[in-house]
Formats: sequence, C-alpha cells, structure tokens
Amino acid sequence: MAFFKVQGIVKFFGGLAAVNGVSFEVKEGEICGLIGPNGSGKTTIFNLINGYFPLTKGEIQFQDEKISGLKTHQICQRGVGRTFQVVKPLKRMTVLDNVIASAFLRHHPRSDAIKLAEETIEFCGLTHYKDKIAKSLPIASRKRLEITRALATQPKLILLDETAAGLNPHELEEAIALIKKIRDSGITIIIVEHIMKVIMTISDHIVAINHGMVIAKGSPTEVVSNPEVIKAYFGEDYRA
Amino acid sequence: MKRPSGPFLLLVLLLILPLILRDAYYQHLMILVLMWVAIGSGWNLISGYTGQVLFGAAAFFGFGAYTAALLSSKLGISAWWGLPLGGILSVAIAFPFGWICFRLRGPYFALATLALNEIFRHIATIWESLTDGMIGILVMQTFISKLPYYYVALAIAIFSIVTVDLVMRSRWGYYFVSIREDQDAAESMGIDTLHYKMLSLCISAFLIGIAGALYTNYMGFIDPKVVFSLHEISIMAILVGIVGGVGTIYGPLVGAFIMVAVQEIFRTGGFGILHFIGQSTGWPFMSGIIKYVSEAHVLSFGILVIVVILFLPNGIVGDWSLIRKSLVNSKKPAV
Repeated sequence: MAFFKVQGIVKFFGGLAAVNGVSFEVKEGEICGLIGPNGSGKTTIFNLINGYFPLTKGEIQFQDEKISGLKTHQICQRGVGRTFQVVKPLKRMTVLDNVIASAFLRHHPRSDAIKLAEETIEFCGLTHYKDKIAKSLPIASRKRLEITRALATQPKLILLDETAAGLNPHELEEAIALIKKIRDSGITIIIVEHIMKVIMTISDHIVAINHGMVIAKGSPTEVVSNPEVIKAYFGEDYRA
Repeated sequence: MKRPSGPFLLLVLLLILPLILRDAYYQHLMILVLMWVAIGSGWNLISGYTGQVLFGAAAFFGFGAYTAALLSSKLGISAWWGLPLGGILSVAIAFPFGWICFRLRGPYFALATLALNEIFRHIATIWESLTDGMIGILVMQTFISKLPYYYVALAIAIFSIVTVDLVMRSRWGYYFVSIREDQDAAESMGIDTLHYKMLSLCISAFLIGIAGALYTNYMGFIDPKVVFSLHEISIMAILVGIVGGVGTIYGPLVGAFIMVAVQEIFRTGGFGILHFIGQSTGWPFMSGIIKYVSEAHVLSFGILVIVVILFLPNGIVGDWSLIRKSLVNSKKPAV
C-alpha cells in the first residue's frame, strides 16, 4: 500500500489542460522531487493535492484514504502541510504568532501551542526573528517561516513549493540542510524546485513534468540524463 | 502591575461618573457612548480582527431593537427580555446569512451585508401588520431617571469589551487574525475559515443585537428609518471602529466617545456656541450657518474619516504611541 498516491489526475482551466493524467507514488520517509519547465503544472499539482482547486478527474490517496474532494483545511488536518511559492506570511503578526496559529491545530491549551511553536521555530533556526513582525522579514526568512508554519501543524507529508528560489548560495546551503533535517525527523517531502543543486542532492526520486504530463520518473541521475527531460528544458537542438 | 491599572481606573471612573455628572443631558450622551462601545466592539470583532468588513451593522442592531419592541407590543412581555433575546435572534439571522455570504470575499461580502441591512429596513417598513411600518413602535420606558439605563448600558459595554478580549486571547483570536491576514494561508494551516468567520460574525451579531434591544428600552420608540438607518447606525459603527482603532480592544471605547461627541457638537452647533455668537453679534448669516452645520454632521463624519486615515491609519488607540511621541516632542521644542 502506497503512503501517498496520485492517480491519473486531470485539471482543466476552461479548455486548457494544466494537468493531464499525472500519476505517481511517494513512499513514506522519502523526498520526492517534482521538476519541469515554467508553466509545466508543478504548482497546479500542489494546489490539487492541497485541495485549493477541485480535480477535474482522477484521485489522490494519502495513507490509503481518498483525500481528493476534501477541503483544504481537512487535508491539512489529515496530515498534509504545504508552503506557498509566493510566500503568504500573516503579515501583521509576529513570527511567533504566525506559528502559534498553526500549532493550535493539534495542541489545544494555549501554553502547549506556544511550546510547540517555540520548538518549531528553533528547529527551523528562526529564533532570532521570533518577535519580529512577519512582513519585516527578508525573503529567505519568509520562506523559512512558510516551512515553520507548515511544520507546526505536525504533518506527515509536507509539500515544499520552491522554498529555495531567490536565495543566495549561503542561504541555499542552509535550506538544503533544513530540508534534510525535516526528512530525518520522519516527515515525507514532495518538493518543487528549479535549482538543480537542491533537487539533485536531496531527492530520493524525481518526477519530471512537461505540459501537465509526466515525461520521466526515477532516480535523480536517471531523470537528468533522460532525453525527454533535456528536450523539455533545452529544446530540440540540444538533444543528447 | 502598571498595565491592568489603566482599565481598572477607567472602570471606577465610569462607575462614579453619573453620580458626579448629574445633568440628564450628559448622562444621555454617556449612555449613547456606552451603547456605541457595544456596537463598535461587535463591529471590530468581525471587521477589525477577522477582516470581513461589516457594512450593515444596522441589520443586527435593528433586529435586536425590533425584537425588544415586538416582545412588548405584541406579546406583552417586558422589553428587557429583548436584551438576551435580541442578541440570540440576531445570531439566528447572522448564521444563515454568513453561511451563504461567506463564500464572498472582501468588498463583495461587505456589499452583501449592506444588502441585508436594506432588506430588513424594507421588511420593517412594509410589514405593517407586525411592525406598524413607518409609524414605529412605542414602548413604555421603565425608569424616569437615567441612572438605571446608564448602569445597564455600562454592563453591556463591559460585557462586550471583556467578551472580545477573552475571544482574542484564545485560539479563536489567533484564527480570526490569521483569516484577516491571509485566508488561503489560514486554510492551508488547517483552519476551517468558513466555520471561524461564521463564529466571529455570530459573536458580533450577538453584541450588536443586545445594543439594539438596549436602544429600544432606553429610547422608548423605534421606527425602521432610525434603527435600520444606513448612516446613523451602519456607517457610524464603521466610524467608531476606524477612529478608535481597527483591531484594538479599547479602540471602540475611544471611537464611541469621539464619534458621539462629534455628532453632538455638530448637531447642536458646537453646544450652542454658534447660536450664542449669532445672538450676541446679531449677524443675520449666523442663523443660516447654524442650520447648515447641524445638518452637515454626516459630512463631518466624512472629513473626520479622511483625517484619521491620512494621519492615524491605525486609529487613535492603534497609533497611540505615535500620538504620544508627537505630543512629547512638541512640548520641548527648545531642547
């Protein structure tokens, strides 16, 4: 039985098939990389898993339970957390309050929620910013806040949407270390990423997508040497 | 120890105020202020904290007011029962309304609340067999003295502020503010945004409904034009919230005080100062000015909002640190 399974999902926006028959599976405890050129449908797949958009066709299963058709908050309650590519900090709240608000999901008395929030903030290395207002944070820390907030809901599966985009090399190293740390704590990860350095070093397996369809699946080395993938990224002329 | 003493001193002051201020006119104004504290707190919870702009506070206010009035005129029950019942029935209206209209976001929701306001005004006007339409409903006042009304209003105002304060310290409070800041993020944090928006609206409606029932008991007369009034109630509620400070516990208190004062200053032509100038100087155009000034109090609201938004976008309580700083600086310019 698969931990997480996407089966033939289809999403039409009007006449445009943004996602067209994508299927893949993720095993518990692994990091699955989702790659593809701009506009290939990666974030749409996240929005479908997350329940932000309804599916046109297909089914998504999580721990042998159908989660497609549930509302976003219900999917989160089942244990699927997500971050947004375009970060959505709760701007006028402090970092701590941001995280407390999501820690309340599984920790009821306020003191428990605060404790979990503080632990999660420390885990993600944001202690320094704890009492800052979220909108005052630089972009690297905002991306980190997205992860922190998702982790505070104590997910079993976390969807990371381009958490490394726009970071400098030093911040990139830190982001990679954090993602590994999350995996080591037992959380399964699906990550959308453009930066090959990130995706190659951390993924256990990769799903490559173009025009809303899966073009390759397998280990990182297999996928990047796949001619279909190279064609999708660089065009016909550079075909190996 | 310094923090809780502020509200405590204020409470003591409000408790003894009517004993010092024996003039019935000022007691009347204070009762209005306290009523507006309750309405402002209710508005502030749904709009200030939860970010869902309520443009039709009068819908709940009028519903509470009519509940109390109809209890007395149709069922012969004391209109005071309208206080709890007006609150509860307002919730009964807020519930289906929220369930349908919270699918709308931002300005669309605000417009829907405006529509609710107008719907109830028309129902109250047209359904003459129940409400006597534009004739209105007369309720015998229980007390001649203003003191009992003052303390009831004070109790309701305290109840409103304490309720909002308690709610905002709890998990609900975190959820309400999360929804205000980003509804999509809140939803993906596992917050059932529809559920919590409904909860916020219901608490608001309850507080505003109670205030409406208080109005009936105190004024002894209501008609659709007054209690479902767009600018006397709905817009005034927004102004109380904005001037005092959106999303602050004591904002509605400050806002209510200022707005009732501004309304009264304009309505009476600066507490009769203009009239006095007119009489003592004998300028004929003064009487004309008095007429325009007292009719222009709605215009003054507009000007006040522009000033507040330009200089104190977070309201008086929200920008208090800013105000204090500029006051301190202006006191010692020589340094």
